[in-house]
Amino acid sequence: MRGWFNSGAPWIWLNAAAVSASLIMVAGLLGLIALRGLGPFWPTDIVEMDYRKADDQIVRLIGEIRGHEDVPRERLVAAGVSVPGDSELVRRVQLKSGNRDVVGLDFNWVLGPDIIAEHYPEDLVVIERREWGNFYGYLREVHENGINVTDTAPLWDVLNEHLGRARKIADEIRVIERDEIGAINYKLERLRLDQRRLELEGKADTEALARIAAQEAALQLQYESHQKRLIALYQDIQRDSVTVEIQDGRVVELPLSKVIHVLRPNAMGVGDKLLAYMKNVWAFISDDPREANTEGGIFPAIFGTVLMVILMSIFVTPFGVIAAVYLREYAKQGPITRIIRIAVNNLAGVPSIVYGVFGLGFFVYFLGGNIDQLFYPEAQPAPIFGTPGILWASLTLALLTVPVVIVATEEGLARIPSAIREGSLSLGATKAETLWRTVLPMASPAMMTGLILAVARAAGEVAPLMLVGVVKLAPTLPLDGNAPFLHLDRKFMHLGFHIYDVGSQSPNVEAARPVVYATALLLVLVIVALNITAISIRNHLREKYRALDN
Amino acid sequence: MNDRSKPTHSIDPDILAQASLTRNLGEEDICLKVEDLDLYYGSKQALNKINMHIPRQRVTAFIGPSGCGKSTLLRCFNRMNDLVDGVRIDGKMLLDGQDIYAKSVNVADLRRRIGMVFQKPNPFPKSIYENVAYGLRLQGVRSRRVLDEVVENALRGAALWDEVKDRMHDNALGLSGGQQQRLVIARAIAIEPEVLLLDEPASALDPISTLKIEELIYELKTRFTIIIVTHNMQQAARVSDYTAFMYVGDLVEFNDTNTIFTNPKEKMTEDYITGRYG
Repeated sequence: MRGWFNSGAPWIWLNAAAVSASLIMVAGLLGLIALRGLGPFWPTDIVEMDYRKADDQIVRLIGEIRGHEDVPRERLVAAGVSVPGDSELVRRVQLKSGNRDVVGLDFNWVLGPDIIAEHYPEDLVVIERREWGNFYGYLREVHENGINVTDTAPLWDVLNEHLGRARKIADEIRVIERDEIGAINYKLERLRLDQRRLELEGKADTEALARIAAQEAALQLQYESHQKRLIALYQDIQRDSVTVEIQDGRVVELPLSKVIHVLRPNAMGVGDKLLAYMKNVWAFISDDPREANTEGGIFPAIFGTVLMVILMSIFVTPFGVIAAVYLREYAKQGPITRIIRIAVNNLAGVPSIVYGVFGLGFFVYFLGGNIDQLFYPEAQPAPIFGTPGILWASLTLALLTVPVVIVATEEGLARIPSAIREGSLSLGATKAETLWRTVLPMASPAMMTGLILAVARAAGEVAPLMLVGVVKLAPTLPLDGNAPFLHLDRKFMHLGFHIYDVGSQSPNVEAARPVVYATALLLVLVIVALNITAISIRNHLREKYRALDN
Repeated sequence: MNDRSKPTHSIDPDILAQASLTRNLGEEDICLKVEDLDLYYGSKQALNKINMHIPRQRVTAFIGPSGCGKSTLLRCFNRMNDLVDGVRIDGKMLLDGQDIYAKSVNVADLRRRIGMVFQKPNPFPKSIYENVAYGLRLQGVRSRRVLDEVVENALRGAALWDEVKDRMHDNALGLSGGQQQRLVIARAIAIEPEVLLLDEPASALDPISTLKIEELIYELKTRFTIIIVTHNMQQAARVSDYTAFMYVGDLVEFNDTNTIFTNPKEKMTEDYITGRYG
């Protein structure tokens, strides 16, 4: 036994067990998130079931089965539900029956023993809508100006034709409202600020005012023509509607303007479903959120996260590198530099929310407030930079991650062989020239390592962002087609905050659950992608500045 | 102040060394003069009252056992010891009559005049071309034509041109150790220094590369004053015109190489050369 201990075999087993446990946990975590997050995009079959209600009445239920669980009989009995049979555990099925605007609840638990029969008729449809979530039922008629037009051709073809038209109009409306009218509003606001500034500076002579008024009038004219077009489009899109028979036999009319797409999952083969699945996933990645973020996509959050991390990298790298170069190369090594190093290391351990509070107090209120007073007096009392925004969020995160970059860069500088420095100095280079031409390029892989660690930390950070720039729903992206294109003062959306928001602040928990998992998965993927980018840059640099290993 | 056991001499070696040289050399033949040089690492004295005259366009070798201060003395010539914390230097060191340690001296300029090659080849992780052009680029030379010409001449001077002319833009770290060391020599002579300091330039190389370096030194001495530190006494005998023998911070004997190796005046020198210690 003693011999076995001394051989080191137990150690090896212990280490192997620890590594395996870690790997299993990581794989399990990612697997669970992927399963829960990616599963709901699959077009599930729609079930129609005959169900015995508590009063022995038999009703028809329509919806998607989203899960099931076994609950103890006592719990159900205590809740006042009468349960048939006598088994200890009773199976409950979660049914997503949609139609929230008509029936109120869109998720229901039904008792397994009370389900009399399940069928999957091919003509059951699921309608994804812009408002109120999914709609389930049997398609009955397509109406054009209130007149049934389904007599001439098969129902499905007529629907698709009318739906395509409605979607095209909806897209046009979106472009006009968001891009074109958005740009006009932006320019009008600019003009208002220009005029106000001229007034404040006392340069508002009649000529300048006339010029601004003329521009304003031109924009107003453009706006009115867009407005006219919009009114016409809105009338157009209201033309068509579709009637659907829902589970209790009522026939409900839905305007096609609110419909995104209609699927018949029970009639679809695996190939069709796969195609629909891809479309759903792509829509999730590329669309704006709807319905208090519980439906639609998360594109603005992905965009905000990536842009913020990039801005943070731009701020943190030069700052951290310069600090590290001073500490390692120029500062006299002694107790003071040692204290600074300890302080820097401890800075990395400060809870991130503290940085958020600091960012709010220093960046937003102090710096931003003063910038507004000095440079944007015309916007008063509305703040430009004196309010949380992406600039302050990136700066706060840069502050949070600067210790990592300093430490990594310092280690990189320390690893450069002194022979290289001496070689450069002996050729008549000054210390600064040696640093610029030789040492810093050779230390660049270490800087990238610091940046990788910084990105990994910053991309996942949520708490400080809630104070300095992240919002639940940002109406515009921080990067758009209006000059100066990058709007650092704007608030933005962030994947991490999106998870928190949808997970705990949403009015519809069941509908939000898959969004939470899918967003979490995307956050992980975004961080992985950012890291892979940085790592590949670093490996490229490493290859280029291979140190004297031989 | 100094508790190390000093070797027993009958005559003060410093005076002797100086005397033996000044006899043979005129003032204009002296490139570097060392006068009463003391060097301290903190409170520990590493060089004691060194006096010597280094002749122009000759090869001078420093020999002696490990830790005798020969590298330290060599690094005094281009003020490399400035980089070491806690080094203090007393006495004078003159390059063409000008004090190297004067306040008015620009160290970068001085190092341009006194080049150095180190024990381990230390090419920069750049292309062969950029390595040789490094010193010129520092001086602000931009013209491609000038650079091309100087790089070629330097590489020819270091007997490396034929081996690398087809891969000038490959990474220098891909060269062999001996080629790297000749590249470093090319890099040093590209800026046309007056003095070339070689700190055991062949100690990390195989015998064939060592031979090439020695042949190179033989050619270079027509253009530069060369000071070489070496552990290898055969090497000192082969390449140098003058040899200085040092022992624990003292310059024991300095004379032309022939005399040192055939008829040393000091018992210690003789013992060291014949391998009785060291």
